[in-house]
Amino acid sequence: MLLKIEDLHVSIGGKEIVKGLNLQVNAGETHAIMGPNGTGKSTLALAIAGREGYEVTSGKIIYQGKDIIGMAPEERARAGIFLGFQYPVEIPGVSITNFMRTALNEIREYRKLPILSASEFLGRMEEKKKLVEIQNKLTNRSVNEGFSGGEKKRNEIFQMAMLEPTLSVLDETDSGLDIDALKVVANGVNTLKTKENAFVVITHYQRLLEYIVPDIVHVLYDGRIVRSGGKELAIELENKGYDWIKKELSLA
Amino acid sequence: MKVYRRLIIMEEEKNQIIDEVTRSEYKYGFVSDIEMETAPKGLSEDTIRYISAKNNEPEYFLKARLKAFRHWQTLEEPDWAHVDYPPIDYQDIIYYAAPKKKPELEGLDEVDPELLETFKKLGISLEEQKRLSGVAVDAVIDSVSVKTTFSETLEKYGIIFCSFSEAVQKHPELVKKYMGSAVPYSDNYFAALNSAVFSDGSFCYIPKGVRCPVELSTYFRINAANTGQFERTLIIADEGSYVSYMEGCTAPMRDENQLHAAIVEIIAFDNAEVKYSTVQNWYPGNKEGKGGIYNFVTKRGMCKGVHSKISWTQVETGSAITWKYPSCILLGDHSVGEFYSVAVTNNHQQADTGSKMIHIGKNTRSTIISKGISAGFSNNSYRGLVKIMKNASNARNFSQCDSLLLGDQCGAHTFPYIEAENQSSIVEHEATTSKISEDQMFYCNQRGIDTESAIGLIVNGYAKEVLSKLPMEFAVEAQKLLSISLEGSVG
Amino acid sequence: MSKIQDSTALKEQLEQMFRENWELISSHDQPFISKAREEAIQSFSNIGFPHRKMEDWRNTDLNKAMSGKFTSLFKPGHGDQTIDQIFKCNIHELETDQISLLNGWYIDTKKPLVKHDNGVISGSMARAMEEYPEIFEKHYGKYADKDKDGFQALNLAFAQDGFFIYVPDNVVVEKPLQMISIINWNEGLFIQTRNLVILGKNSKITMVHCDDSTNEEAMIKNSVTEVFIDESAHLEHYKLQNLNNQSTLMNATWFRQMKNSSLKSNAITLNGGLIRNYTHTVLDGEGASAEVYGVYLMDKSQHINNQVFIDHAKPNCYSNELFKGILDEEASAVFNGHILVRKDAQQTNAFQHNKNILMTDTAKANTKPFLEIYADDVKCSHGATIGQLDPEAMFYLRSRGICVANARLLLLYAFAREVVDKISIEALKMRVYDMIRKRLKGELNICDTCALHCDGPNKEILFEIDMSKI
Repeated sequence: MLLKIEDLHVSIGGKEIVKGLNLQVNAGETHAIMGPNGTGKSTLALAIAGREGYEVTSGKIIYQGKDIIGMAPEERARAGIFLGFQYPVEIPGVSITNFMRTALNEIREYRKLPILSASEFLGRMEEKKKLVEIQNKLTNRSVNEGFSGGEKKRNEIFQMAMLEPTLSVLDETDSGLDIDALKVVANGVNTLKTKENAFVVITHYQRLLEYIVPDIVHVLYDGRIVRSGGKELAIELENKGYDWIKKELSLA
Repeated sequence: MKVYRRLIIMEEEKNQIIDEVTRSEYKYGFVSDIEMETAPKGLSEDTIRYISAKNNEPEYFLKARLKAFRHWQTLEEPDWAHVDYPPIDYQDIIYYAAPKKKPELEGLDEVDPELLETFKKLGISLEEQKRLSGVAVDAVIDSVSVKTTFSETLEKYGIIFCSFSEAVQKHPELVKKYMGSAVPYSDNYFAALNSAVFSDGSFCYIPKGVRCPVELSTYFRINAANTGQFERTLIIADEGSYVSYMEGCTAPMRDENQLHAAIVEIIAFDNAEVKYSTVQNWYPGNKEGKGGIYNFVTKRGMCKGVHSKISWTQVETGSAITWKYPSCILLGDHSVGEFYSVAVTNNHQQADTGSKMIHIGKNTRSTIISKGISAGFSNNSYRGLVKIMKNASNARNFSQCDSLLLGDQCGAHTFPYIEAENQSSIVEHEATTSKISEDQMFYCNQRGIDTESAIGLIVNGYAKEVLSKLPMEFAVEAQKLLSISLEGSVG
Repeated sequence: MSKIQDSTALKEQLEQMFRENWELISSHDQPFISKAREEAIQSFSNIGFPHRKMEDWRNTDLNKAMSGKFTSLFKPGHGDQTIDQIFKCNIHELETDQISLLNGWYIDTKKPLVKHDNGVISGSMARAMEEYPEIFEKHYGKYADKDKDGFQALNLAFAQDGFFIYVPDNVVVEKPLQMISIINWNEGLFIQTRNLVILGKNSKITMVHCDDSTNEEAMIKNSVTEVFIDESAHLEHYKLQNLNNQSTLMNATWFRQMKNSSLKSNAITLNGGLIRNYTHTVLDGEGASAEVYGVYLMDKSQHINNQVFIDHAKPNCYSNELFKGILDEEASAVFNGHILVRKDAQQTNAFQHNKNILMTDTAKANTKPFLEIYADDVKCSHGATIGQLDPEAMFYLRSRGICVANARLLLLYAFAREVVDKISIEALKMRVYDMIRKRLKGELNICDTCALHCDGPNKEILFEIDMSKI
């Protein structure tokens, strides 16, 4: 098992957002987490990535057999966890190339892989850029600085492709994308999918799931996963809306 | 222009740098065991006569030195800078120290092997330089210029690039005419001191219409204990000429403070352009603030001619105390002055640095970009003057001075002086002070970059605007230097 | 009464005058005040008058202003005159309470100090010193640094009268208090006045402080104001300065701000020979805020020097400075802003801007926006510009048929407006707009009476264009 989350509780500034969440993800699987705004989707993603201020008050996040709570975010990343941010931050003056080279070298060093030579690295950049149809000029620019919403999201997928993570958590990567960009992003994910890695796709809408077909769909509500099922659950949600879940829960 | 030097450094030093990163120590802190000839400690008219005699100077030169010395004796050490240090005992300094073997050597075989070894450690292998590189190097060790490469190649263009003492002998008319014309001995306390006791330095003359085909470079090194270094550099760019000049500096690790009080003068005539780049890495002292160089330097360029241009770029990471304001006097109409600076202070370092832009001619332009980075217990101040004189119609200045604070024990200060007396001029000054945002750090961490490397990355990004102005072979060194200087700054 | 004649000997003469007039000077003193005077004159003897080698004074030349013949009054010189006999001061549609000084002395000798129903005390400092020694012991001389420069020391040594204002805890004073300071003497005067303002917790007051001259005599006024703003109290402090070209005004205001207090200060300088406004505030409690603004319109050989020192001593405070000036003919201006963020003052937000327009090649502007920062979690910025009117905007206005002179006036007015807009009393704002219009058109004079004693705002078509719509 790649990821096992047990009875996870996460608070921000003393306020509990994730309230006893359980989740299991095996290698080779794609999971979708859906749910209305403010139910804890992003909090879960940031807690997995180790964002400071997202306090795990109880429970476990077991990744590759090891509880990662307390691990530094870069350690988690080197171990293969990737977070596609909902709102990627701008870092003026730092080129994407330099940024990626630094990240990749450190990750490879950790994994005891040889450091890529400049030409190998550039070759890899070229290859991955094609995957997400990023234009050359974008990678010469500073990280996310002045990027449009769509460019920022493509850049996230591009970085994922570069770093070859084992577990990718994509936090609303579809928001703010037009249909063409959405296809590009989905295509990137599908191409990168192997038997060894796994994806957790957090989304509002079923739309993305037409392109990234999930094995399991979870509904997150009030800090807990309240229902899990196959991809048909996403369609049901789309048709009936989230109120349907709320109603059912209040009846139960 | 070829840049072999950069490649050499990368090959040689890759392992060494990784080593340095983990040990976080000053890389150039070795002492070379070279036989030295030194003046007795202390400063008097006799010291000055000794130096003058050593350099075999004409009488008028000695007179000028003595005049400067007598003036210096009437002055008080300035105290307006935002720096703090115990009083300097000027009688406890050796004012002249030189390698014993005479520098006028024909081939490299004759050079003291220890000296060659020193240069190798500094990353300026003279042999390879000579063979491979497009960089002409003049190295000043302690006070004397020891070896100038590439002179023959330059001669072809009529370019003079030699030690200051050699210029005094061979080109007295140029030296006499221009020495002190940008920085008169009476300019300030340290300029007066230098004018009295300077021992050597670099001299450069680019004739009319010549674009210097190589980067000229001077490497400064303080080696001997208890010595001060007082070199001066004079660059004259005649009409329509161009030169890019680089300066680097290192010193051994010693517990006592050592004084470096240099003068750099640049004269640019009509349509001439001089680009002056500095990577200043004098020994900054240890983590507790013990030792290190007092770097009190006067640098000034005169844009004498119309459409002349002088551009200063500096990366300041070393020295216990830096006191330095590379300036431009924009005399010629349409002349341009530029100042790009990155100053890093860590541990107990103190820097008070910036620029002066004096607009006298019409349609003159100046730009100041200053990026200060403070860490540890250091204090980092920008101090600058922009002055628009009455007749400087349509003068323009833009200044941007940013400070980045790493940690809550350091200080970052901005002291701009803006004075305008012409109604058609426009002066703009902007400044911000901030720290690295937690979001940026987390983003880097999430991509597997540890905090130390992330700071290196972000700081390099922050300084990019300035680093990009450096000649390529310097830029690579400067980037590494920035990261290394900030080692251990974040716990 | 003594004569002061020679500028170079001024210092010694003042020292001598201090000794000769000690009986009069200290006649209302509590013992601790007499002691402070003695220490202050000693300090003045040591440091003397400021000179151009001092950082804060490098562009302000005092020599000319300090030469000439001056007189000092060690007791009131106006007998039983009342304010109405000298002038009337109205701001259209603005109702204020007024207190006044004439030649440095509180004018109303019959009612020198009034305790109002709500507990507010206002009136003469000389009288308050006698009646409320406990307040003086706690606050007097505690916020101004007498060693900062010679003028501060001199003031503490000599000052006998001025304004005293005390607002008790939880009292909100609705009506603005107008403090009028008039100089009208047939010889040059050297005046030392000192004001003390205390705002209790949760209190609020607005003060409009007007400095005017009513004739063309040369004079030097050295004024020091100490203001204590206790927790959650709010002060708005407006200064209107319209003095003759021979006058020298040294104005220092020292604020001490406690937790969650707020200060809004706005100095409008329209005329004066040499004016220096020094504003010093210590943000000495979390959540305090200081907004310090100023606008200056100078011409002839007038000189204005605005100095602002903001001391962020505690975390979570906010400060904002904006000073704008228009300099015509041979006028000169100095702006020195200094923001100090102390080591523990995290989460500080501090901003500083100075903008100048030079109208001639003989006008000068010197600006020094300083930041001195010892805490890392801060947002600080400053900016300064010196320039002229935007040529594109000028062209735009002219292409709509406006003549050069009017286009210039419009743009200058728009330039100054940014500061005036920050005045929160509507009637006062209108009055200041009007004065600035007149000033820009060269129609604002030092009247025979108070410069504010004018009719209501004049409606002129010239300025009715809404700049935001261009």
